[in-house]
Amino acid sequence: MIDDRPHLLHPKYDVVVAGGGPAGLGAAMAARNAGAERVLVVDREAEAGGILLQCIHSGFGLHHLGEELTGPEYAQRILENALDDGVDVLTNAYLLDIDNDQNLKLLSSDHGVSILDTRATVLAMGARERTRAAIRIPGGRPAGVFTAGAAQRLVNLNGVLPGRRVAILGSGDIGLIMARRLTLEGVEVVGVFELMPHANGLSRNIVQCLHDFDIPLHLSTTVVEVHGRDRISKVTVAPVDDHLKPVLSEAWDVPCDTLLVSVGLIPENELSRELRLRLDPTTSGPIVSSTMETSRDGVFACGNVVHIHDLVDFVSAEAELAGDHAGRFASGIRPPHDNVRLQPGTNVAYCVPHTVTSDQPHTVYLRVRKPLEKSMLRLRDTEGAVVHERRLRYVVPAEMVTLKLRPGVLDGFQSDALQVEVIPR
Amino acid sequence: MTGHDATTYTYLCIGCPLGCRLEVEEDDHGDIIEVRGSSCRKGDRYARQEHTDPRRNVTSTVAISGGIWPRLPVKTNGEIPKDQVLAACEELRRIRVQAPVRMGDVVLDDLLGTGCAVTATRDMPAIDSNSRIRQAASSD
Repeated sequence: MIDDRPHLLHPKYDVVVAGGGPAGLGAAMAARNAGAERVLVVDREAEAGGILLQCIHSGFGLHHLGEELTGPEYAQRILENALDDGVDVLTNAYLLDIDNDQNLKLLSSDHGVSILDTRATVLAMGARERTRAAIRIPGGRPAGVFTAGAAQRLVNLNGVLPGRRVAILGSGDIGLIMARRLTLEGVEVVGVFELMPHANGLSRNIVQCLHDFDIPLHLSTTVVEVHGRDRISKVTVAPVDDHLKPVLSEAWDVPCDTLLVSVGLIPENELSRELRLRLDPTTSGPIVSSTMETSRDGVFACGNVVHIHDLVDFVSAEAELAGDHAGRFASGIRPPHDNVRLQPGTNVAYCVPHTVTSDQPHTVYLRVRKPLEKSMLRLRDTEGAVVHERRLRYVVPAEMVTLKLRPGVLDGFQSDALQVEVIPR
Repeated sequence: MTGHDATTYTYLCIGCPLGCRLEVEEDDHGDIIEVRGSSCRKGDRYARQEHTDPRRNVTSTVAISGGIWPRLPVKTNGEIPKDQVLAACEELRRIRVQAPVRMGDVVLDDLLGTGCAVTATRDMPAIDSNSRIRQAASSD
């Protein structure tokens, strides 16, 4: 839904949000509800809603809204809610720069270049896809190599099919969803090739996107060469050994006219770098406190710009937290600083937020490095003593683990850091 | 007791992103003895349904004229038999609707005699309802 109301820009805002996807819209609504008068969402596309607009499949909202919606439905619902709540949404607009005093430089189709003043900022720029170049597949440079998300946009919004015979590298959710989507549009999907020994997407997507249509999934296999002059004609694929090195003697050719690459997302942090925020090298997103505040006072962040989420529902929950605190910050309310650092330990790649308080409830998201059948999530203090533990059923890197820290858990906790580990039991 | 006569089938629940591993145990008459592994009632129901009569919700797009995008996303308002999914999408490729469309508008009453209607999953404004929208469309 395009917001077609006339847009007046005010010189001063309480909260400005960079990005009009689910993170940005959710944060803007929460900021309004926390008392912020003037809240502006800036989005570079013609309509707000973000990547949800091209995710026409269902599976969104089960946790957050209590019903299962398609991406466009979820987007329209939160956009309508945000507009009803009095949030201003400016599309065809781009946030160019933020200086130390929270002056924003904005470029928009409607207003040209504008300088705005804001009390608080929320970064919700989302993520972009890793490309073929990011994983350096050898071979020629023929046409027909797309990221899975670019192909999704072509098919679902522009009504253009990327090709007729498609191979997919990477078993991330977008790749799996596109395998089904293209099959439904009459395109032949010859196979999904995954470097790791385990699939990277949610198990439900393996079932309903691949098994349902007998699309083969080749684990521990990767594309080692792209062939073709003007258009891609085939790819060479090979199994990989325990060190993920291709075994070329066992390589085989897969004829195709299209290769989709679904090899992960990278948080889009140009603005964050501009602001010299402290970034986490593992997530590539800003380091955030339990209020989703970055290393810069009054600059908050939420959604895929912080770390890649499996579900939009988690993005919406995180956005509420960030927007709420941005709204309070704009009214001059500051919670006490966090007193406990979370450190990823054995088999934990990262934890978000990076710090918490010992006397408040928190939701901590973490991702494991390796899959485990039966596992235990354990928190230790700096001396190594176990502070809290919880049994987990099975864990895989593709599925985020949620840890609810209730106030009682850290009662009487004196140390300033907690090791988080997920180990076999 | 019936162990040697029973056959176990495994399914992965698609009810929610948890992805529970479900086991359906069937006796030699083809009747379900037990469903194991679900963490909610939905999982149990899914396993029984999937074992006897697998069904799916379908989401796809149809062509739309005069809208700000050339495709309109749609969904079935219920589950259709799994083996009719591809035919259903072929049917949807024959449809063209006219903008404007509102979310929830019915695009097709009865998809392949399944009794399921197909509805729009977003608003699609007409291209010339105002200048802002025309600008949006012309960029594609």
